[in-house]
Amino acid sequence: MNKARKEKIVFALLSLSALAVIVPVAAVIYLLVSRGAPAISWSFLTEMPRHAMREGGILPALVGTACLMIGTVIFAVPVGVCAAIYLTEYAGQNAFTRLVRLAIVNLAGVPSIVFGLFGFGLFVLFLHFGKCILAGSLTLALMVLPVVITAAEEALLTVPKSFRDGSLALGATKWQTIWRIVLPNSAAGILTGVILGMGRAIGETAPIMFTAAAFYLPRLPSSAFDDCMALPYQLYVMSTEMFNPSAKMQWGTALVLLMLVLGMSLIAAVIRNRFRRRRAW
Amino acid sequence: MHTALDETGSLAESLTRKRRGGWKDSLVARFIFLNGIAAIVAVALIFVFLLKEAIPLFKTVSLWRFLSGTTWLPDQNQFGLVPLLIGSLFVTVGAVIIAVPLGIACAVYLAEVAPRPVREILKPTIEVLAGIPSVVIGFIGLMIAAPFIQNLFRLPIGLTALTGSIMLAFMSMPTIISISEDAIVAVPKSYRDGSLALGASRWETIRGVVVPAARSGIIAACMLGVGRAVGETMTVLMVTGNASNLPNGLLGVPAYFFGPVRTMTATVALEMGDTVQNSPHYYALFAVGLALFAITFAVNLVADLALRRTRH
Repeated sequence: MNKARKEKIVFALLSLSALAVIVPVAAVIYLLVSRGAPAISWSFLTEMPRHAMREGGILPALVGTACLMIGTVIFAVPVGVCAAIYLTEYAGQNAFTRLVRLAIVNLAGVPSIVFGLFGFGLFVLFLHFGKCILAGSLTLALMVLPVVITAAEEALLTVPKSFRDGSLALGATKWQTIWRIVLPNSAAGILTGVILGMGRAIGETAPIMFTAAAFYLPRLPSSAFDDCMALPYQLYVMSTEMFNPSAKMQWGTALVLLMLVLGMSLIAAVIRNRFRRRRAW
Repeated sequence: MHTALDETGSLAESLTRKRRGGWKDSLVARFIFLNGIAAIVAVALIFVFLLKEAIPLFKTVSLWRFLSGTTWLPDQNQFGLVPLLIGSLFVTVGAVIIAVPLGIACAVYLAEVAPRPVREILKPTIEVLAGIPSVVIGFIGLMIAAPFIQNLFRLPIGLTALTGSIMLAFMSMPTIISISEDAIVAVPKSYRDGSLALGASRWETIRGVVVPAARSGIIAACMLGVGRAVGETMTVLMVTGNASNLPNGLLGVPAYFFGPVRTMTATVALEMGDTVQNSPHYYALFAVGLALFAITFAVNLVADLALRRTRH
């Protein structure tokens, strides 16, 4: 009896630890929505900022973040998917493959500011790109590469071996098998991983603060060699370095950024679930 | 002269070559391989580049002076890593003290105790937490947590190491919880059945059998959480106040926690924008980046080894 009571107490304490996660997260979301939602309107999303970023909209930051995201997709996705194909379809079980995996794990663990430092040193200064969307996208692409590789690999592994064997037995080459059988059957999973990577990329500040982002620009970027405004950097400067900032702009920016990032993971989750239900095997 | 055997031999050979697809497939295979090693190339490139930009510092300041120097004053060419290292260390240790027990408890609860409806709320919540951008967490820390801590402890300023630790603890929770949970779920059911059959209660089974069996995975989870905390930049930059201090002896440690500190990540983020290329300050910031890279590399390596142990 004593034992049972002790167990009840312990389990109650454990459930408190769950509350310690749920309550702060709920509080943060509630705060952001309740204070950010009044700021958000159509004009907030589609107008240029006015009065030294204290009024108006966040259009240039939205456009900048979108440009950086597209650039990141262009660089990270082909390399990431090919790397995943290498790992699932070509690599043997040997020390070299271990090394590749170790590199992926470690790349995922490199602090975001170190990516920023590296991107600044290599792309901005050494290669003379200057502070621009191209340099920022390349830096972000390096950072999300492990996310894309890991997710794509997981997706490729869900395709049963019998599919590959069947295709090879019909005389298809290895690449034909990958291109016509493996990739189409894992496309939804790969897309999920890509979207998750993008969500990660648009929320990051440290990698773009020296490579791409500017606090205030009176124009939209017109080429990959322009610098741009970006939502996370805008939020950072507005909440730390700006004198007398507008709370409306701050909370509005924070909420838009959060909705974009969480929206991405929601889309990823929906695609994953639909794909799982539809899968015949 | 051709013999029949020769011919069948070459036929078989040409067939296998066809199966492999000849030049086109081997070209593709080579291309795929090049992408496959992209991660190795990236890690090596980052390391070499950081090293190349850090080494010139040691013409101004010796390596030993950099590693053991206790003042970081870029204006006076004093580049001592110690205050930044201590800042990172304290903020991380504070985060670990909060996040590790809470994270492991949460993982145990999720894997062993939680009823289905609770699990279905808790899991997405953890995913949402993992997804919140660090700049947003920093913003909340600045707006809500810092004033709260300032009032609670009657401090002159709310931007302290403690504020940073609390925010970082929450940021590293998703990593700790999800990887620990995986490790706990992976413990074979027969272990639990055996323990329960011997008359142990569910809690005794969890404490005495399941958690010890999942130990390596849980350690790996905590290491990865530490790695995340050490490398976190924006949140720390926004909420720890960024004053490069040192604790005043052992007795000064509590005061240190309740005062502003400056971490390695925050230093790079704050100073990189204002520095002149190829100045000692520029090189020093790359040296700090290199130190960060080395620390997180070591932490991730240990975590990876621990995870590998769980799989066998």
